[in-house]
Amino acid sequence: MTALLQIWTILRKDILVERRSKDLVVSMAVFALVVIVVFNFAFDPGTTQLQNAAPGILWVALIFAGNIGLSRAFAREQENGMMQGLLLCPVERSNIYLAKVLGNMIFMGITQIIVLPVMIVFYDLSVGVAYLPLLLILFLGTLGFATTGTLFSTIAAQTRTREVMLPILLLPVSTPVILCTTKSTALLFKGAAFSQVFSWIKILIAFDMIFFVLSWLLYEYVVED
Amino acid sequence: MNKIKPLYLALLIPTFLLLLIALYCAFIYAPTETSMGDVQRIFYFHVPSAWVSFLAFFVVCLTSILYLKTGKDKWDRLAAASAEIGVLFIVIVLITGPLWAKPVWGTFWTWDARLTTSFVLFLIYAAYLMLRSYAVNSERGARLAAVFGIVGFADVPIVYMSIRWWRTLHPQPVIAGGEGSGLAPQMLTALLVSLLAFTVLYITLLKIRYDESALQREILQLKEQLIKESE
Repeated sequence: MTALLQIWTILRKDILVERRSKDLVVSMAVFALVVIVVFNFAFDPGTTQLQNAAPGILWVALIFAGNIGLSRAFAREQENGMMQGLLLCPVERSNIYLAKVLGNMIFMGITQIIVLPVMIVFYDLSVGVAYLPLLLILFLGTLGFATTGTLFSTIAAQTRTREVMLPILLLPVSTPVILCTTKSTALLFKGAAFSQVFSWIKILIAFDMIFFVLSWLLYEYVVED
Repeated sequence: MNKIKPLYLALLIPTFLLLLIALYCAFIYAPTETSMGDVQRIFYFHVPSAWVSFLAFFVVCLTSILYLKTGKDKWDRLAAASAEIGVLFIVIVLITGPLWAKPVWGTFWTWDARLTTSFVLFLIYAAYLMLRSYAVNSERGARLAAVFGIVGFADVPIVYMSIRWWRTLHPQPVIAGGEGSGLAPQMLTALLVSLLAFTVLYITLLKIRYDESALQREILQLKEQLIKESE
């Protein structure tokens, strides 16, 4: 019970800060839109090429935006010694981690709500796809990305080249997330059977579970002292 | 110059001899492959290098866990040494692979499961080494690197699984046969000798690098001491 209360308190603080500044969600969403527009130049217009590449572009945009959000979120923690304050509180390290993962997931989720409709309109994607599976993929992908991302942003913040270090650590490790989300989204837009999509979702779930437990256990080692 | 320690000789001499034997086996003893010709002989260096890099990354994971549990410096030094050797050998894998693939497959690179996994593995451990050297201080860096070493290794099977699944959806006939399907006995012997030689080489390099890192730390401490005294 106290654990839930602790997580909620930290989460509420983060949401409150974001509600007043809005800089995380705004910078993530605008950056994702920029990526979507820039990628469009790489393909010939009016062909199916662009539509075929759309799920990949969507996830690259979301993942790069997520990267920016994660490093912003941690930079914010370090302004005015916010992280030191948090660590001084009588709160379990693992609960701080859970609150941060939830916060990052919420902010990434809001970004997706903004980006996804834009993507559907500009890339002329079929709107008739099954929304429930798509939401599931978005959720699982965001979860996998946020669990590792929260751990790695804490790691990267303690290096001299923090902004560069985060993507270098995060992107290779999240290869399975990138692959599974891109491929399963592509299958959904093509109208494939759910059983086909599900085999990707299984790998995604395995990734999420393993990295959630690992990061949760290891977090205390990266924030100590 | 100091004399070389007897322990080093006990490691260096067998390593040298074994590597010579491995060279002999790969270039003279093993028969020439009928369809690929001499280019196939790169196999005796490619596969053992891959094995050594996997072994090295496994050791990184193991020593990282031990370091987090015990906090003993020696585990961290072992992990660092092993990661460096692992990256070196995975680079050898990534260089010898395309050299062989160009004449045989007709292309330097294909995004097949094993190739892509090796590449991702290289990226993960290159990041690991960067993390070590860019950490604000070395003790924190050791802890951060240990965490990343564990997470990175846990990732390897999932990366492989997801990429294999991706490629089975789009089969690539060029790799369908794969090596290992019916190896001539002499070729197998050459491969095994080479595997042994490379494993011993790994142990020797690990020992040298491990001892060297102790000296490095000593120098660092002496430097810091000097700076303090001069202030």
